[in-house]
Amino acid sequence: MASDSKAVARPANLTLYSYCWSSCAHRVRIALNLKGLEYEYKAVNLYKGEQFDPEFEKINPVKFVPALVDGDVVVADSFAIILYLEDKYPQHPLLPQNLKKKAVNLQVASIVGSSIQPLQRFFEQQFFEKRISLDEKLTCMQHHVNKGFAAIEKLIKEIAGKYATGDEVQLADVFLAPQIYAGVARYQIDMSLYPTLARLNEAYAELPAFQAAHPHRQPDATSTS
Amino acid sequence: MAEMAEPAKLTLYSYWRSSCSQRVRIALNIKGLEYEYKAVNLLTGDHLDPEFEKLNPMKYVPALVDGDTVIGDSFAIILYLEDKYPQHPLLPQDPKKKALNLQAASIVGSSIQPLQNLAVLQFIENKFNADEKLTWAQYHINKGFAALENLLKEHAGRYATGDVVQLADVFLAPQIYAGLARFQIDMSPYPTLARLNDAYNELPAFQAALPQRQPDAPSPS
Repeated sequence: MASDSKAVARPANLTLYSYCWSSCAHRVRIALNLKGLEYEYKAVNLYKGEQFDPEFEKINPVKFVPALVDGDVVVADSFAIILYLEDKYPQHPLLPQNLKKKAVNLQVASIVGSSIQPLQRFFEQQFFEKRISLDEKLTCMQHHVNKGFAAIEKLIKEIAGKYATGDEVQLADVFLAPQIYAGVARYQIDMSLYPTLARLNEAYAELPAFQAAHPHRQPDATSTS
Repeated sequence: MAEMAEPAKLTLYSYWRSSCSQRVRIALNIKGLEYEYKAVNLLTGDHLDPEFEKLNPMKYVPALVDGDTVIGDSFAIILYLEDKYPQHPLLPQDPKKKALNLQAASIVGSSIQPLQNLAVLQFIENKFNADEKLTWAQYHINKGFAALENLLKEHAGRYATGDVVQLADVFLAPQIYAGLARFQIDMSPYPTLARLNDAYNELPAFQAALPQRQPDAPSPS
């Protein structure tokens, strides 16, 4: 990309299909806020099955949330969306130039996106309904979150600064914040086991871009308990 | 970029049947990168060795060592290789096509593979039974394949997103292979994916990365 990273690229019209409680959508909301990108919020209630609405399917045949519409480009999947935003709107870059640091950011994002979040949702599947107790479900979910958090704590302990991989908010932070939020709010994770992550979580709470992305601050938060 | 960047010494920690390791093997082969193969036997618990944990605190394969750089996770490894060894780029310049590749890779890497990996299947088998294991794996693979077919059918050329092998192909090939070899997936609802699979089977870079061609694959009985 030839664009000057100091220039602020502005989209014509961005629409984000999001569900307030979706941690994947939460990541994208943070990234959009960090890059100063305004967008229209369109709520898709996953519990009511709104992702199966024919209107949504026309825009996004994969039916996943979040999905971003930028003119004639439709991208679903938080990883793909955020890396698309990185290229198209390079203000506040989320990936460092340094290859080692970049790799750590990608690894943290991937641990959250592939090894924690899908597994914590695993137990919400119908398959397990009534077949394992609520306590056992919680234990299993906690196992996956703890495993991921322990690994990330080790990975970033030596290189964390004010934020996960230094003194700038980067991709790792964008993925970590929603996951830590979910870990604490829903899975009773004991963050004292992860002092670096706990400290980062407090740092995120101070940042307007993160605050505005919070599930409770979304337009569809009022209609869900 | 026409130049071939050559590494000093690359080491890949891999398990023959790990589809995540297979992705990296394909990427290394496509980029013409030689590497030392270090086998990590997941069945006997090599990945739980503290020495391995130092390379990847998630205790997963693959892990790549390039000089003093150590990276775990196939996504992070492959995007690192993209930057450092730009020959045969795996991501197109075009933002729509690039997003398509990342999306396909992410569907495989987040929505399919983690839900049918060894640990999850062992959990299901221990908790319920072996039949449920297959039903579970098939459900998630089919769901993901339906999404991928929908995503790629208008865009595929000779390969997933055009006529050049890209990131989507690197992620798809091992997943389709596993679906067929281990989980009896019927590919007829996915004609695009089936056609791509045939195309991958013709490519030396993909053939050399197949599980049965790895040093730690059991000898055929």
